[in-house]
Amino acid sequence: MILEVTDLRKVFGSHVAVDGVSFGVGSGGSLAIVGESGSGKTTCARIVAGLERATAGTIRLGDLTDKSDRKSRARMVQMVFQDPYQSLDRRQTVASCLDEVLKFHGRDERPRRTKELLDLVGLDQRHAKALPKQLSGGQRQRVAIARALAPEPRLLILDEAVAALDVSIQAQVLNLLADARKATGVGYLFITHDLSVVRHVCDDVIVMHRGKIVEAGPVEKVLTSPEADYTRKLVGSIPRPGWVPTRA
Amino acid sequence: MTLALATPLRLPARRLASFGWATTIAGVICLLVALTALLAPWIAPHDPTAVDPLNAYAPFSAAHPLGTDDLGRDLLSRLIAGSRTSLAGPLVVIVLSGATGTAIAVAAAWIGGWFDAAVSRVLDILFAFPGLVLAITVTAVFGAGFLAPVVALSLAYVPIIARVMRAAALRERSLPYVEALRVQGFSGWHICRRHLLPNLAPLLVVQAAISFGYAMIDLASISFLGLGLQPPAADWGLMIANGQPSILAGFPQQSIAAAVAVVITVVAFTVVAERMASR
Repeated sequence: MILEVTDLRKVFGSHVAVDGVSFGVGSGGSLAIVGESGSGKTTCARIVAGLERATAGTIRLGDLTDKSDRKSRARMVQMVFQDPYQSLDRRQTVASCLDEVLKFHGRDERPRRTKELLDLVGLDQRHAKALPKQLSGGQRQRVAIARALAPEPRLLILDEAVAALDVSIQAQVLNLLADARKATGVGYLFITHDLSVVRHVCDDVIVMHRGKIVEAGPVEKVLTSPEADYTRKLVGSIPRPGWVPTRA
Repeated sequence: MTLALATPLRLPARRLASFGWATTIAGVICLLVALTALLAPWIAPHDPTAVDPLNAYAPFSAAHPLGTDDLGRDLLSRLIAGSRTSLAGPLVVIVLSGATGTAIAVAAAWIGGWFDAAVSRVLDILFAFPGLVLAITVTAVFGAGFLAPVVALSLAYVPIIARVMRAAALRERSLPYVEALRVQGFSGWHICRRHLLPNLAPLLVVQAAISFGYAMIDLASISFLGLGLQPPAADWGLMIANGQPSILAGFPQQSIAAAVAVVITVVAFTVVAERMASR
């Protein structure tokens, strides 16, 4: 296991955002956390990424200990954020953004590695010289994914990483994520409110509701025969062929 | 995926037209004033401190385009020589206050918590104290000259710059790319220096340009009160003050010429700065 979370709890003031949650991601595995807004899924992700402190519970990330510095944590876990329009520095070209990360993590042959990363996410040398404003949302999210993969992390957290993209671009990015996992062996922690995208990239799924896990299991099983009422409601809300919207 | 990287080629004339004629004229004036200050010793027709009592209050002529003052010194030469200190003062003020104000603002926004609260309250207190009064007080203590008023005014301008820059730094800090950089393991120092500051720089330039005009008027006022540079140095504020007795004698050229120079320069810098701010 590269990630083992046990009895995670996070309290904001009097509000319990995450209430005794346990899950794990195997090496090269992929786990989706599904839930509606406010279910605590993003809080879980931010705690794992080191952006928030847990109120209680333990998180084991590979061989990291409490004494590990932020740099070694960065080489273990990386994160892609929801908003592709603001998750890149607007004054930095794609190449210099990747180069900065590679340099910081002491990688050699940085130009070659930059090209490899761009190839991996389906961008080319023309994009390397571009500023974020010259790229579309999908292209920016590809850059963000390339940046996150640059330190060769063992776990990649994708926090609603395709939610801001339109459907056709979503499909491209999901395929790209599936390919990148095969190519690099990175594990995914995939945070989403949208059950329909889970199947494309994940093996396992946990469903969160009001800070608690209501259902966990392999994606196929949870999607085809959900056990909890809440999961059934979520699965039922996925638009499918033949679905007719009810008129109000 | 296609990518439009080619920026449309814009001709200089069209580019100028897009700024509007007022900004263009103001920009040209700023350049001329700056060039005058840079080249002052070479373009002044006479020695600005050469006294010629027999030629006092000379009228406009080819030799003295603006006439001479009560000591027979060439007014145009004094105006040109005065542009140096009159521009250098505000320049030092905005550089000092810009650097200090931005450093304080970014530190407060980044560290946050009690540090931010403490810094903000101190800035509020400094804000409540009129800059000109502070400068006059400091000058009274440390003596007249170039340095004391300039340093005091820089201190007075710090809260003005810092308040705007703190708000901008807070906004910048909350953008997701900063969190992305933190997850990458970068230190706060690296993120502030390499990412926050470059993104705040355009705003700082605009703030500094706007403050430049105000600083110039403040420094001219201090010189006018006799707390700035001392005679025989040429300085626009000092020239306005020294021209006062001559006005009574019926020769207002000195005060008028220096005052017009101050007004034109301040207006030109402010027009350009406001234009930059609105972009």
